[in-house]
Amino acid sequence: MSSVFSPNTLKELLDCIKLACDKGDKFEIRGQGSKRSWGRPVQNCSILDLSKLSGILFYEPRELVLSAIAGTPMKNITETLKDNNQYLAFEPPNLSFLYGEPDNHGTIGGVIATNLSGPRRLSVGAARDHLLGFEAVSGAGEYFKSGGRVVKNVTGFDLSKLLAGSFGTLAAMTSITVKVLPHPNKSRTLLVRGLENKVAINTLCESLSLSLEVSGAAHLPAGIASKSSVPYISSSNSSATVIRLEGHAPSVAARCKIAKEVWRQYGDIEELHTHNTEKLWKEISGIVTFLDQETDQIWRISVPPSQGADLLFKLKEKLKFDAFFDWGGGLIWLSESNETKYSERIIRQVMSEQSGHATLFRASNKDRKNFDVFNPQSNALMNITRKIKKNFDPYGVLNPERMYEGV
Amino acid sequence: MKMPDLNLETIKKRPKIIKALRKIIPEENRGDNIIEDEDGLKVYECDGLSAYRQLPMLVVLPETTKQISHILKYCSDNDIKVVARGSGTSLSGGALPLADAVLLGLGKFNKIVDIDYNNRTVVAQPGVTNLSITEAVTHNNFYYAPDPSSQIACSIGGNVAENSGGVHCLKYGLTTNNILGIEMVLMNGDVITLGGKYLDADGYDFLGILAGSEGLLGIITEVTVRILRKPDLARAMLVGFDDIVAAGDCVASIIGAGIIPAGMEMMDKLAIKAAEDFIQAGYPLDVEALLIVELDGPKSEIDYLINIVEDISKDHGARYIRISNNDSEREIFWAGRKAAFPAVGRITPDYYCMDGTIPRSKLPEVLKSMNEMSEKYNLRVANVFHAGDGNLHPLIMYDANKDGELERAEDFGSEILKLCVEVGGVLTGEHGVGVEKRDLMSTMFTEEDLKQQQRVKCVFDPEGLLNPGKVFPTLHRCSELGRVHVHQGKTRFPDIPHF
Repeated sequence: MSSVFSPNTLKELLDCIKLACDKGDKFEIRGQGSKRSWGRPVQNCSILDLSKLSGILFYEPRELVLSAIAGTPMKNITETLKDNNQYLAFEPPNLSFLYGEPDNHGTIGGVIATNLSGPRRLSVGAARDHLLGFEAVSGAGEYFKSGGRVVKNVTGFDLSKLLAGSFGTLAAMTSITVKVLPHPNKSRTLLVRGLENKVAINTLCESLSLSLEVSGAAHLPAGIASKSSVPYISSSNSSATVIRLEGHAPSVAARCKIAKEVWRQYGDIEELHTHNTEKLWKEISGIVTFLDQETDQIWRISVPPSQGADLLFKLKEKLKFDAFFDWGGGLIWLSESNETKYSERIIRQVMSEQSGHATLFRASNKDRKNFDVFNPQSNALMNITRKIKKNFDPYGVLNPERMYEGV
Repeated sequence: MKMPDLNLETIKKRPKIIKALRKIIPEENRGDNIIEDEDGLKVYECDGLSAYRQLPMLVVLPETTKQISHILKYCSDNDIKVVARGSGTSLSGGALPLADAVLLGLGKFNKIVDIDYNNRTVVAQPGVTNLSITEAVTHNNFYYAPDPSSQIACSIGGNVAENSGGVHCLKYGLTTNNILGIEMVLMNGDVITLGGKYLDADGYDFLGILAGSEGLLGIITEVTVRILRKPDLARAMLVGFDDIVAAGDCVASIIGAGIIPAGMEMMDKLAIKAAEDFIQAGYPLDVEALLIVELDGPKSEIDYLINIVEDISKDHGARYIRISNNDSEREIFWAGRKAAFPAVGRITPDYYCMDGTIPRSKLPEVLKSMNEMSEKYNLRVANVFHAGDGNLHPLIMYDANKDGELERAEDFGSEILKLCVEVGGVLTGEHGVGVEKRDLMSTMFTEEDLKQQQRVKCVFDPEGLLNPGKVFPTLHRCSELGRVHVHQGKTRFPDIPHF
């Protein structure tokens, strides 16, 4: 049983990390543990539990800015924003179901540390694009900050970008300031059924090239669509190609009309209203409805959108799997039950001939230890990665090897 | 402005360096692509911040990534400093040459490599101008969103280095939010690729760190940008107020109502008058503050929102409202704003442009203080703001020929920027730190904050050869940034409770 340190104050956190530097201790950083199984397993470490460092520091709806201590539960943040009809536009999904953890949406620190973004990433950017500034304690026990609370800021290196998606391997973030946005008044989903992958992706690419301001573009092959709890999606036993349009009511109505005219050639079009739209996109971002089978490995593959369908075709020749597309075809969620030794080799090999990257998003501890979780980097890039880690966390105190073996 | 100590060895070696560069640049281009004579070097002596000038030791204009790789490797091996330059439009001295550095111009990297409408991307070499990316795709109704005022001249490589903004970044983001990938050469000559035509490269976000790194980390040789479909329609409104505070409140209320305009600009009386005298945009001259609000999107959305914005403006006491009825009228509305800097240049011998950002709610407070400072320094100031995102451009008017006025203007500017930081803002919203704001960095950052940034610098350029003297007030040697090794088990803090 690893020991747990739960600092109550910033000072205690600083002391914890400094002490670990001295003693050669190592920490696994944890908020609510909702995404513990994303990344390589952090082994033989004490737990640095940051959940007690929690609370919203300031929230100014008219300034579209919120600042919170990193351990603040997402639930609190979402509810606070909702009271003012605002939200985190990058749509961070709740992954606890996927990882078999008790239902919790994690902390704002975890969301930023994993650069976790949902379907709306397509139109509004990733978590990293909404992070305005942070404060943190480096692996060497130094307290530092970067960025600020304003959107337009080019003062000094943008360390916010480096910290977002670094999986707690560089520093333990203590406070996080994010841009928030007004919640769209209206949302609609347009649905067309029965398209093959390739045709569907072309349709999505075409829709994204029109001035429709599409805020979600996904394709669910037949076997996947049938698992949806939205009857419009599941009932017809065929694939579902969907786009989401959001905004002010007259604008959404006008854009729906244009999209319908373009889509008419592909078949009958259904229009999902607010309730079903919310339900469907929650399923798409949460993944678990569509892909969960307990023993499966789940992969997250990001490629140029126009190449998504061809990639699956290539993989299909060698591998058995289920998959669906988000981000207009550019994001593939894939689950497979093959021996990881085999599937990892196939996927890495196909990806090596193709632009993009693949992450082993869910797998057993053993598999995530024995196989690359993140896409292997070129030697020159890996060299930089190692040095960055070394310069922020010289003694390897924070989340050792969470991203790459030996880093 | 103190620049890094001259490396006299390097200057002594100049003929040898020229010889080495000649070996890298192919024979047929040597005459044009290596510049060593004083007249030729003079062209490069400053960038958009023309108060600072310095002849470079020599200029090289490579044409391929391989040449850049060889040049950097050579400079790295021989301890020679390198300053990169795109179009030289930096307003903070980011491309200011050094007397002992090779100035590496990217002007020959001027080709668009790939246009991909399916994936909505353009791949461009770094010397391609911002506007020519849009021009290359405009016939298909696409555009590249970030639009700095210098877009006709500034290069996309420079845009990445400075993380440039523009009047539309309120809705569409800065450069960092609109690029997907880069190819770059490290100081040791290694060529690396970050990202591509897909979203969110995995691993540490080096692409994000490169954006806004001001030429301190590497030389960009290719940029992949995201292009967007042009909105169906754009309409602009001019809204005049008797009181600049009311105008500021109006901005907050528009955003508070859930409306994110494509652009939202404010000018004060002095700026309005200067712009109107210069451009005749039809601005009202009897108001204290003028807003330009642009909305874009489908026609029905604009029709709907423009009414709401009009109502909000009236609620805040607007007494002048004009709405553009066509594109040429909209462009005239903008013409005055876009020419505000040169317009102010007509009414003063010299002006000094600041670039702080503040939380929008602090605008009244900051304006009041700026007026007081204006009296204190006895210098006029015209104000142009990107009101939507709180980015201020006070233009301090002075006469460099009058004894002490330049110094007074600089002190005035520093005081404004310090105030911006005090109220929760930052030193620079889009112009960069460069040499101009370098020595003010410590008003915003602690020594430790700056050290962490420099630790990134040390990873990419451990000898500090790329663009030294910019961004950081003191560039620590990388060895100084290492930590004292702590022996395992020996507790340095025995008094700390182990809980």
